[in-house]
Amino acid sequence: MKRETWGTRTGFILAAVGSAIGLGNIWRFPYMAFENGGGAFLIPYFFALITAGIPILILEFSLGHKMKGGSPLSFAKANKSWEWLGWWQVLISFVIAVYYVVIIGWAISYTGYSLSLAWGDDTIGFFVGDFLGLTDGPFQLGGFQGIIVATTILAWLISFVVLYAGIKAGIEKANKIFMPILIFILLIVLVRGVTLPGAGAGLDMLFKPDFTKIFDAGVWIDAYGQIFFTLSIAFAIMITYSSYLPKKSDIVNNAFMTALLNCGFSILSGIAIFSIVGFMMHQSGGELPEKLSGVFLAFATIPQAINELPALQQLIGVLFFLSLTFAGLSSFISINEVLISSFTEKLNVARRKVVVVYTLIAGAVSLVFTTGAGLYILDIVDHWVMGFGVVLSGLVEVVILGWLFKTSALRDHFEPISDFKVGKWWEFTIKIITPLVLGVTAINNFIQEFSTPYGDYATTALVSFGWAVVLAILIIGIGLGKSGWSDASILETTPKDE
Amino acid sequence: MSVSAIIFMIFGLLLTWGGAAICISIALRKRDI
Repeated sequence: MKRETWGTRTGFILAAVGSAIGLGNIWRFPYMAFENGGGAFLIPYFFALITAGIPILILEFSLGHKMKGGSPLSFAKANKSWEWLGWWQVLISFVIAVYYVVIIGWAISYTGYSLSLAWGDDTIGFFVGDFLGLTDGPFQLGGFQGIIVATTILAWLISFVVLYAGIKAGIEKANKIFMPILIFILLIVLVRGVTLPGAGAGLDMLFKPDFTKIFDAGVWIDAYGQIFFTLSIAFAIMITYSSYLPKKSDIVNNAFMTALLNCGFSILSGIAIFSIVGFMMHQSGGELPEKLSGVFLAFATIPQAINELPALQQLIGVLFFLSLTFAGLSSFISINEVLISSFTEKLNVARRKVVVVYTLIAGAVSLVFTTGAGLYILDIVDHWVMGFGVVLSGLVEVVILGWLFKTSALRDHFEPISDFKVGKWWEFTIKIITPLVLGVTAINNFIQEFSTPYGDYATTALVSFGWAVVLAILIIGIGLGKSGWSDASILETTPKDE
Repeated sequence: MSVSAIIFMIFGLLLTWGGAAICISIALRKRDI
């Protein structure tokens, strides 16, 4: 049996970086830094990177590479009773994929709107009213939004074409195009941003250190959380991508490069976003924009800033939303690949058939997020899947692999083939630090959820779209883990590189 | 922009992009990339 491999090491790095760089780098990291001590936040952030982000990346890269399989197959090969964990992560990726694609659809729509600055002066009103057609609550669907349906289908089509072409001709080639364009666009937006009046004041807000925050435990939890989410850890993506590496491939240096390039992109995004925020404050006489993170930063605050630009409004608008589109697409494709590889292996059918069926099913499910209630449902699902699904599955992963699986077996696998060694600190971080931090984060999330229910939503909505979804994917994951493989010999064999 | 903000901005950029550059140079020395 043969397994497709990446054509080049650069191709793999770009795909892994493309997966890690997503919308969160642009709209989450800058706000996290601003809220948590500015420049001082970089200290816990880099500490979290070294003690958790890179070690878990090495762990996932080496597991996928050693086992030569998607997440369920890799865990099943390590121990048949752990297969469910792989499926849990795969289903988490499925849920993320079906709402993430709609946000990419929004970005594509706004790329078009930028040409005429169609959002007008009331950018929040345009976004929630004209564009989203937001209803009064998550149970009032209010019909499909035509433009969003069209652009969501376009995003699915792009993903389909890339995934259908395979690893080398599809994912690798796409990322070799997407990533350089993304960096180039970001640099143009950044240069425009830092040359605007008031940019310095904005950058001061982002980078001026407030060292008192370092003693706040919440800041450290936020720093670790940001690192987990930004590196696509516990999404099964990195296990899947590394399974396509040829036999004699580096693991450790690849993990360092992926993590550092991703974090470097986040810092550049922060500079671009906060120089624009500084410009807005300069225009308004010092008033801080209301929305500084998440979808409202991208689709309301930035359009407002574009309105106020002295020149090149359309161009900067198109470039900013194109950067969101490319950042989103490269991550979206990687999330979908998790499902494609897992079901191809489990069912022992042709990859292309799985791509067709998966795209049709997931595409249909994603349409619920294109309705007038889409933003509400997306907000609740995202909060639960990230806060409970990803955090808990990450915790189980590091506990299982750190304590029940011989980490030395993985170290013996990756050290001889890597550019440099990691030493004992790697096992210490996997066994002690990462379970501790993820455990504290999970407990903190539970306490927060039960003391102050999320948002202004009705309990029925939180139960239906939050708890029920995370519980359902866990139960279905366990069920899939217990079901058989179409060709059970796959559990015993190591495929040859194609 | 304050001096401390400039220092931390450079610190962040150096650690990430500088670190990545070092890793890439190691990769280039050891094998193709």
